[in-house]
Amino acid sequence: MTATTSHTSIADYVLQAHALCCVRGERQLFADLDLQVHAGECLHVSGENGVGKTSLLRLLTGLSKPESGEISWKGQAITMDRSQYHRDLLFLGHRDALKDDLTALENIQMYAAIDDINLTQEQAFSSLWRFGLRGREHLPVSCLSAGQKRRVLMARMATRQAKLWILDEPFNALDVNAVQALQTLIAEHLERGGLVVLTSHQSIAIPKVKVLEL
Amino acid sequence: MNAFFAIIHRDLLLVMRRKSEVLTALFFFVVVTSLFPLGIGADVALLRKIAPGVLWVAALLSTLLGLQRMFAADYFDGALEQLVLSPQPLVLLVAGKIVAHWLVCGLPLVLIAPIIGIQFDLDASSLYVLMGTLLLGTPVLSLLGSIGAALTLGVRGGSILMSLLILPLYIPVLIFGAGAVYANSVGLDSTGHFSLLSALLILALAFVPWVSTAALKIAIE
Repeated sequence: MTATTSHTSIADYVLQAHALCCVRGERQLFADLDLQVHAGECLHVSGENGVGKTSLLRLLTGLSKPESGEISWKGQAITMDRSQYHRDLLFLGHRDALKDDLTALENIQMYAAIDDINLTQEQAFSSLWRFGLRGREHLPVSCLSAGQKRRVLMARMATRQAKLWILDEPFNALDVNAVQALQTLIAEHLERGGLVVLTSHQSIAIPKVKVLEL
Repeated sequence: MNAFFAIIHRDLLLVMRRKSEVLTALFFFVVVTSLFPLGIGADVALLRKIAPGVLWVAALLSTLLGLQRMFAADYFDGALEQLVLSPQPLVLLVAGKIVAHWLVCGLPLVLIAPIIGIQFDLDASSLYVLMGTLLLGTPVLSLLGSIGAALTLGVRGGSILMSLLILPLYIPVLIFGAGAVYANSVGLDSTGHFSLLSALLILALAFVPWVSTAALKIAIE
């Protein structure tokens, strides 16, 4: 168990799940699932379609509740202090959650305000430029292609300052360069002591990947 | 508090980019209220008598038009999940969305009501009372409506179900809102109506954001 100290060291950032059981409708997707992700580690959840990958990710974010079992972050159940957990967490689902009528820049700034992050205009611009959106900052997101929308999301990942990333199919709709950029982004995040849980159908070239077969 | 204003700003910005949706509700209000004088003819006494009821019913219905939009778009593009996962209390964000809805669907009705009232030959004091009741009443409509909008998220045919759920809840607002204007026009004291409308508004402000938040969490799960 983690001792409760006033400041958390890097070793305290642990995502744990114990004896998770998930039921959708009448069907039991998985039962008695244990997992542990430490700082600097990436957990790759793989499995066939419909096996419950997305359901597992939603359980880990706290968006849905498990049938039984518990999930803890930094040694504390995630339901105890939701606000703190959400501060540490970035979840990207398979829907992009971008507002089509707003520009890429406005989307980034809007999420920064909602996530309670101080983001200067220069930081927002440089994150968008980093992912190849120079010149498209002021275009409505509806004018961007699917891959470019994922790039806006990557810019959001870079600016979000979260410890734990939970990503559902982050490599969808990306071209070769973007896949490379995203892998670099994830590797950097891991190097800084971040944690990543992701689902993907392709094998990923990131160091320190644990694979969880559902 | 930052997030509260951020969500209002975001929703207003979205509305500005897609003006047709707002204007639909406003034009609906204008057209419906204009049809009555045209249909009934120049019977001034009758028009004066029905004016409060007609204006208030039209306000209820045009509020309903915009309600479906309150959470549905965010629900379908996944933004609602992001709001739930924000470090800010969800109730703050929901309150922001309700305020934005009122600014877009409620406030314009308050402002345009005096012009519509002229069609019904309402005198100046009645127009003031009408604006006052709308100012107190339309926020209640947005607040109560948010419960219906949250409860029917993701339900097929949700908009009709929502109307059935919400319209009965609007009855007290309708009675006191239209009642105040009528009382004033026949020379009675309307302060009682205003007090009751204010009480409804305070009650709704105190409870509704939490109820809608709970309904949203159920819808997301």
